[in-house]
Amino acid sequence: MGNSIKGYVHSVETLGAVDGPGLRFVLFLQGCPLRCKFCHNPDTWRFEGGEETTVDEMVRKILRYKTYIRSGGVTISGGEPLRQAEFVLALTRALHNEGIHVAIDTSGIYCDGTALEAALEADLILLDIKAFDLSKAKALTGSTTEHAWSLLRARQEAGKPVWIRHVLVPGITLIDRKRSLDSSSEDCPFEDEEEWRAANTELLEGLKSLNGYSCIERIDLLPFHKMGEFKYEELHLPYDLKETEEPDEQVIEWAEKALREIREN
Amino acid sequence: MFVPGKWSEDICVRDFINKNYTPYDGDESFLAPPTQATLDLWDQVMTLRKKEKENGGVLDVDEHTISTITSHAPGYIDKEKEKIVGLQTDAPLKRAIMPFGGIRMVRSSLEAYAREMDPEVERVFQYRKTHNDGVFDAYTPEMQRARHCGILTGLPDAYGRGRIIGDYRRIPLYGTAFLIAQKRKAKDQILPDVMDVETIQQREEISEQVRSLYELTKMAQSYGFDISRAARNFTEAVQWLYFGYLGVVKEQNGAAMSLGRVSTFLDIYAEEELKNGTMTESEIQEVVDHFIMKLRMVRFLRTPAYDELFSGDPTWVTESIGGIGLDGRHMVTKMSYRFLHTLENIGPAPEPNLTILWSPNLPENFKKYCAKISINTSSIQYESDELMREKFGDDYAIACCVSAMRVGKQMQFFGARANLAKCLLYAINGGRDEKTGDQVGPVRNPITSEYLDYDEVMARFDETCAWLSKLYINTLNVIHYMHDKYCYERLEMALHDEKIDRTMACGLSGLSVIADSLSAIKYAKVKPIRNEMGLAVDFEITGDYPQYGNDNPKVDRIAAEVVRKFMKQLSKHKCYRNARPTQSILTITSNVVYGKKTGSTPDGRKGGEPFAPGANPMHGRDRSGAVASMRSVANLQYDYSEDGISYTFSILPTTLGKTLEEQQVNLYNLLDGYFTDGGHHINVNVILRKTLLDAMDHPEKYPQLTIRVSGYAVNFTTLTHEQQMEVVRRTVHSKF
Repeated sequence: MGNSIKGYVHSVETLGAVDGPGLRFVLFLQGCPLRCKFCHNPDTWRFEGGEETTVDEMVRKILRYKTYIRSGGVTISGGEPLRQAEFVLALTRALHNEGIHVAIDTSGIYCDGTALEAALEADLILLDIKAFDLSKAKALTGSTTEHAWSLLRARQEAGKPVWIRHVLVPGITLIDRKRSLDSSSEDCPFEDEEEWRAANTELLEGLKSLNGYSCIERIDLLPFHKMGEFKYEELHLPYDLKETEEPDEQVIEWAEKALREIREN
Repeated sequence: MFVPGKWSEDICVRDFINKNYTPYDGDESFLAPPTQATLDLWDQVMTLRKKEKENGGVLDVDEHTISTITSHAPGYIDKEKEKIVGLQTDAPLKRAIMPFGGIRMVRSSLEAYAREMDPEVERVFQYRKTHNDGVFDAYTPEMQRARHCGILTGLPDAYGRGRIIGDYRRIPLYGTAFLIAQKRKAKDQILPDVMDVETIQQREEISEQVRSLYELTKMAQSYGFDISRAARNFTEAVQWLYFGYLGVVKEQNGAAMSLGRVSTFLDIYAEEELKNGTMTESEIQEVVDHFIMKLRMVRFLRTPAYDELFSGDPTWVTESIGGIGLDGRHMVTKMSYRFLHTLENIGPAPEPNLTILWSPNLPENFKKYCAKISINTSSIQYESDELMREKFGDDYAIACCVSAMRVGKQMQFFGARANLAKCLLYAINGGRDEKTGDQVGPVRNPITSEYLDYDEVMARFDETCAWLSKLYINTLNVIHYMHDKYCYERLEMALHDEKIDRTMACGLSGLSVIADSLSAIKYAKVKPIRNEMGLAVDFEITGDYPQYGNDNPKVDRIAAEVVRKFMKQLSKHKCYRNARPTQSILTITSNVVYGKKTGSTPDGRKGGEPFAPGANPMHGRDRSGAVASMRSVANLQYDYSEDGISYTFSILPTTLGKTLEEQQVNLYNLLDGYFTDGGHHINVNVILRKTLLDAMDHPEKYPQLTIRVSGYAVNFTTLTHEQQMEVVRRTVHSKF
């Protein structure tokens, strides 16, 4: 009786409304092997640290919020939660015993063994596809995205839902301005949507390729923001995207519109 | 046309509602947009309000006329277009003087707005005493000291006490002639053998009540209406009801002048019109819009200092909407929607203070609509019908922010707040004020240990609370005796039964400061820094301690215990007119001012820094997300804080969900969770920080920007810079 498998928790957010359906208790686990340049939680990267907790303790804590999360559930995020696969698997099962919906927010970097088992046990996977171009992904995160695709295939085969998330980083995963031909002058905005589309074939083709997976219920395009920048300073870590601006609303609208069209076809 | 019942013979509005209302389960699609007349009128009001603001907050004052129910000639915005008429004076937004609460307040208000006191008014008040004069004649030196140092604050001793709700529905339902007859009958029945103080007081009061009903009838007549008879249609019902309220705000400038629970009552008349085909939805909405517009125009002459304390120029025209009946039927009607819809038709506004009596059992469509209105306007608040129905039945309403009372059957003696954070410092400093060094509390040796010991501090704190609670109740007894004597609310009380339940509504401020302070003393090490007078003026904390607002039982238990104990202390004392003591955890927006008056506290808060509003956790200390914070607040027991527990919640729209649909559903699920957990009240702001910052720089762009503060709403641009900054800084829940 009792489950004493240990996990290491960075923090919790008791009001999660954007990480899966409904109101959710979000658990951020400590530690991540990726180093995404746009990450807004670099404080979760270190493998060491985090508050030690057992599955039982965590379940008890979560049950305190049952009246709130009836319509939603629990999202296990991080860091990279599947680095603590055993804990996540046990927690997911324990929550299922309580009738609570569980989502795992992952990059898919661990997608074998216990991690895969956990990923298939979850009701929903929030899968981060960092970039559609493999080499870009490597430059942006320190790793390619092949593992993400294999997790997606595994969910597809199991017939279990996935929500895709894709961060739009200007100049990397989103071309938001026209390169000036003259290298001395500044970049300028696109004239119109057509021009923007022509420059973003990689993004649009990438999104189209997701249409082959019927397990994908939803795709969220997340505009890059710099609200996490201060954490890099606090942690004395270099922030490579210092010069990158948050994308214009217009460009985001075009991207959203293109996505809607792709999903409708 | 109406189903008869007990209400047909005796005054019993609840019975009328219960027998005649039609619950509405549908959605908002039936609602009508504003008519041209509505838009024109609102345009005129906005122009006047702009002038008012340019004029330093007051458009005009009639400084010559002592305001009574009948003192002013009829006033209009645009007579041809107004479906509902009546203004406090003869012109829109022109303020009246109401000196019976305190002539001093009138004098300093006029001075602040560069007006002269009328010598004739001065002369009258050489012979006529006011409430304020009476109170200061009877105050003890100890009461004056406590008031001066701000351990008792915001006491209604210089102005009208408010927080009494007349049952304005009685006027349309019965007409004033019947109400007068009933009052006469009641008076005739009070003929005891011994004429004791109570009996004399009651006979005199009923006579005053009757007189006020005559005056009200006369005032309505001056507008061309005969309210001595019952209303015969919907428009009359609204007009009659509004006249009742208007009569009251012509005579009383109480701190909070709330409306009650009128929407479902009025819906009965509207349904009748719809059934008979005598009015269209658009015509009904027009009447509602014009009525609400009038409520938005209620003005009192107050000093800038008062406005600083209370943020802007609030009147607390609180209207309670929804709830569940004792028979299990919900009380949402089309009129509930129409009232909320005014926030769309004529834009967001702080008044009337629209309050949803929430139950998880309200119809889904209505919950969703409320959430939409919150998301779009940040103008409404929610209170637990589940908690209140149990104590107050199904015909109660909210006075001011969070104070429930049975309409027409119960009133309260408003008692503002005791500053319990200061009380804790008195416990540490042997009864001396940490700011002035004055001996305010009873003489005690101060605590002299290097580090504070939890048990020693608690024992001292309990003693100091015992002293404070007694002083507090005694002070309120003085205030309310004098208010009844010199500034009696005769018209409001004319719209009550004769047998009244009274509560002595105390309050405490600084709850989260005390909870965290005691937690720091218990779980970390707290070293007082003493000045040359031996007063602890600062504190050094070593180590972490559990903080209130994170759903941590270690500290949440302390908070609940402080509330319970103070209530127990208050209950020991005898109250004026056998009132029953209650308390609220509510600061209005004076959490900023209270903070200013309170030295550094053992939780690490520096002297002068604001308290958190109401029962909120301290700024930035709730680090586990909003739901954890809500759970800490919901852990406070309503049984020991029956006058309300206020919690203010602000969130970015994007944190609440991606689409409006998701945001709506998430918000109402959040409310269901909070109220199922036992929460009592919540203010909901769904707002972008950048909007607030932009409004600080460009107030002219945001004439109607409304935000919820502690228990009511304000127009953001009327706040002082300090208050604006406090709102901006306050935890806006937005994990990313």
